[in-house]
Amino acid sequence: MKAIVCVKQVPDTSGKVAYKPDGTLDRASMDVVTNPDDLNALEAALTLKDETGCEVVVISMGPDPAEGMLRELLARGADRAILVSGREFGGSDTFATSQILAAAVNRVGLGPDDIVFCGRQAIDGDTAQVGPQIAEKLHLPQVSYAAEIKKDGNKLTVKRMLEDGFMMLSVETPCLITCIKELNQPRYMNIKGIFECYDKRIERFDYEALKDDPLIETDTIGLKGSPTNVFKAFTPPLKGAGAMLNGDDAAAKLASILAEKHLI
Amino acid sequence: MTDFSDYKGIWVFCEQRSGELMPTDFELVSEASRLAKEIGCKVTGVVLGNGMEAASKELGGYGADEVMVCDDPLLEVYTTDAYTKVLCDLVNEYKPEVLLMGATNIGRDLGPRCAARLHTGLTADATHLDVDTKEYIEFLRNASTIDVETVKLDEADRNLKMTRPAFGGHMMATIICPRFRPQMSTVRPGVMKRAAFDQAKADACQVIKPAFSITKEDIHVEVLSVEKAAKKMVDLIGANVVVSVGRGISKNVKEGLALAEKLADAMGGVVGASRAVVDAGWISSDHQVGQTGKTVHPKVYVALGISGAIQHVAGMQDSELIIAVNKNESAPIFGAADYGIVGDLFKVVPDLLKAIESERAAR
Amino acid sequence: MDFSFTKQQQMAQKMYREFAENEVKPLAKKVDAEEYFPIETVKKMAKLGMMGIYFPKKYGGAGGDVLSYVMAVEEMSKVCATTGVILSAHTSLCAAPIYENGTEEQKMKYLPKLLSGEWLGAFGLTEPGAGTDAQGQQTVAVDAGDHWVLNGSKIFITNAGYADVFIVIAITGQVPDKRGRMTKEISAFIVERTFPGFSVGKPEDKMGIRGSSTCELIFEDCIVPKENMLGAKGRGFQLAMSSLDGGRIGIASQALGIAEGALAETITYTKERKQFGKSIADFQNTQFELAEMKARIDAAKFLVYNAAETKQRAMNGEKIRYSVEAAEAKLIASRTASDVTRRCLQLFGGYGYTRDYPIERMMRDAKITEIYEGTSEVQMMVISGAILR
Repeated sequence: MKAIVCVKQVPDTSGKVAYKPDGTLDRASMDVVTNPDDLNALEAALTLKDETGCEVVVISMGPDPAEGMLRELLARGADRAILVSGREFGGSDTFATSQILAAAVNRVGLGPDDIVFCGRQAIDGDTAQVGPQIAEKLHLPQVSYAAEIKKDGNKLTVKRMLEDGFMMLSVETPCLITCIKELNQPRYMNIKGIFECYDKRIERFDYEALKDDPLIETDTIGLKGSPTNVFKAFTPPLKGAGAMLNGDDAAAKLASILAEKHLI
Repeated sequence: MTDFSDYKGIWVFCEQRSGELMPTDFELVSEASRLAKEIGCKVTGVVLGNGMEAASKELGGYGADEVMVCDDPLLEVYTTDAYTKVLCDLVNEYKPEVLLMGATNIGRDLGPRCAARLHTGLTADATHLDVDTKEYIEFLRNASTIDVETVKLDEADRNLKMTRPAFGGHMMATIICPRFRPQMSTVRPGVMKRAAFDQAKADACQVIKPAFSITKEDIHVEVLSVEKAAKKMVDLIGANVVVSVGRGISKNVKEGLALAEKLADAMGGVVGASRAVVDAGWISSDHQVGQTGKTVHPKVYVALGISGAIQHVAGMQDSELIIAVNKNESAPIFGAADYGIVGDLFKVVPDLLKAIESERAAR
Repeated sequence: MDFSFTKQQQMAQKMYREFAENEVKPLAKKVDAEEYFPIETVKKMAKLGMMGIYFPKKYGGAGGDVLSYVMAVEEMSKVCATTGVILSAHTSLCAAPIYENGTEEQKMKYLPKLLSGEWLGAFGLTEPGAGTDAQGQQTVAVDAGDHWVLNGSKIFITNAGYADVFIVIAITGQVPDKRGRMTKEISAFIVERTFPGFSVGKPEDKMGIRGSSTCELIFEDCIVPKENMLGAKGRGFQLAMSSLDGGRIGIASQALGIAEGALAETITYTKERKQFGKSIADFQNTQFELAEMKARIDAAKFLVYNAAETKQRAMNGEKIRYSVEAAEAKLIASRTASDVTRRCLQLFGGYGYTRDYPIERMMRDAKITEIYEGTSEVQMMVISGAILR
């Protein structure tokens, strides 16, 4: 039995953000972090490992530095780490990414008891698409927005959040689940894991390793092949500064403005 | 270039929960109707459910020329498998040029699955849509820092330009899907303006009941129950006044939240929060305003102790009146505010509550 | 000296910071105000392998190194000095002496439980009449055939209220010294909390590190099995001194962390606090104060890390001692902690004197680092002893 977790290294959009003189985002200045929802996905897998002793395999598509993140995930308790990396994969949109990751899952091998965990969405794109698209490509049933997972044999009962409530769903393995923050509290790296993680090998799947998988359409991967293209990227302007209210009676001034405008 | 002449019309997948259409459906149909004028095509609302025929005609009142209704007990409650199958079969049969759906928790489950099956691209959480290039340039003039006079775009380009926030709202990206059809996008709820309802159009709206097939065997996920949240969800999107708190309450979280609630009560509003506050676990995520939260445009938006990261501003900048209270006079929030007070929210808010009371008493 | 951290050390530091920020910092005020021993934090640290960082996996340790341990005490102490000392006393003063002096049986019996954090450790040397003067010991262990009987008491014992295992120093007889004068023969014992005749007194009401459980240990005909003597009979004093060498590195790390934590709080505060229309960080007095504190902290940090690296070399089998390095680190780091916290509080002004900000707590916490596990004066005796030899 395996729990396969798809993870992404992302710029920390919650931290300090710098812009280049031309107004575009200075990505190099941003810290990189493991995508937060993906840590919930890993925690779901590690919880399963605690309960059943299953193997936890993490897969990430990204450039070489993502290897550092994968080691941290080993230090949190993952057993195997795979970096899917290749020039051909660069610039992939969600459609392209999902076929590459689906092919990588295929290569790892998906057994009847296995579960694929993804984070709901990544904080750089916020699309929430890659999980469901991997599921479609692998013909797996999917449950997104999972806030609770109970496992009984190969049957899972999942609480799936909606804006106005939730659904209780039942699904059998193999399946794919996308995880949200409410699902669990990701564990920290542990010291033993930290001192062992550099003894483990990070496996690498490059284009050569995956290109013969039937899921890979060579003309819909990478920047050129992706169905969606970025037509324009730009930064939104901030509204012009308004009036500052000063002095000890600032609150009183504000209240009278609100009253004048009939807003209170 | 691939010939897309078979693909015609704009479809809006209209989500229903418990047999009721969602507010987003009306927003999307209104927006689709605006786009249809640019393209010169029909707008079709697609409703999957059980006994949805009567309710679906309402979509006509917001601009749907026709509605396609698939009624079946297996479609009463949303399942990924059933909805994906029926919707994709219809798309393959009727070939719409554009397929839109609300970026709700369900739309964001269904959309990507359908796009993968239909072999096309999908834009997530669009906040603006254009077909006409001139219109798009006008949009850039207001919504970007780009000098539009220097932008050269092909005016004959008829691709749907789907604009969405990226990098936590620090950037906007316009996405196109030139090589595949339909062009798909999920659209952020609360962003598109709902048109005025037209009863005559609703009455004239055609209902089509297409053939489709769905069986139990198609569905691999069983719905055990559907529960409405016990506590009322915060209706940020519909609120007239939103009083939001940020990291500035960290000195005393309990009191900070209590003050925000008092102010919201005094102004007839609800409490919102920045991402930092939600991430810290001080308030539940349904209060979150901003790129990863909700987009609001209330009459009055009050930002208490919020620094004003662009990701937050993206979710509230269209509010009619923005008031910011922050200790730091150089906080970016003041750049987005109509009125700003530099000060400690723990002092300003009690002052403001008193002042509101005396304003009321004076009248 | 080479302080380029290994990748593991960098990763451990990142984990400690996340842990300290999310788990330790939120409790720090309560720990101080309510003299609350953060037992849940100890359990969490245990789960993460932090209670046995630099010990071999064979005994249940995490297989890390001394510097990684020092960083843990430092990072915890940045936000809560009580948590820092709990970790330090357990590791340096209980697990380390057993690892360094125990028989294989003792190690296999005690280390797995201590290093996994299932058991917490403590160390008992100080007595009401014997502080720096260890020869003034009064606690006596009498050989009763198949066991030892201990009588006496120890005071100011860190972790006492919650510890399961104690390293206890006691007199086992009289022996002639080099000049033939009779002196006390001192030995060390491993005492379990459940041994008959052992009890723990009330916690002290302290100025700082108020959550650390500092109590008296009382031995009333306490029965200790024969096999629980730690190290050779009569070698207890040397064992205690070498344990304190390690302990001082831990306390130096604690002091370093307190100073760093205070400086970080002060940097944030001086940027926010406005006077005369600008941030107080814009005033040159503030800038110079911050600059000097930073330089002093970095100087202390070099000494602390150097002591850790020297201990590591000793653990790796090199025939070297680290008493002087540890004494230097503790002397300078503890003085830096007291100095920096005092100056930081001054920059905070009136707000710093209130409990709305953590700075007054840090100032109170800092003082103990100049006192326990050997006062600053003792550290100077160690250092001068070495250079005047």
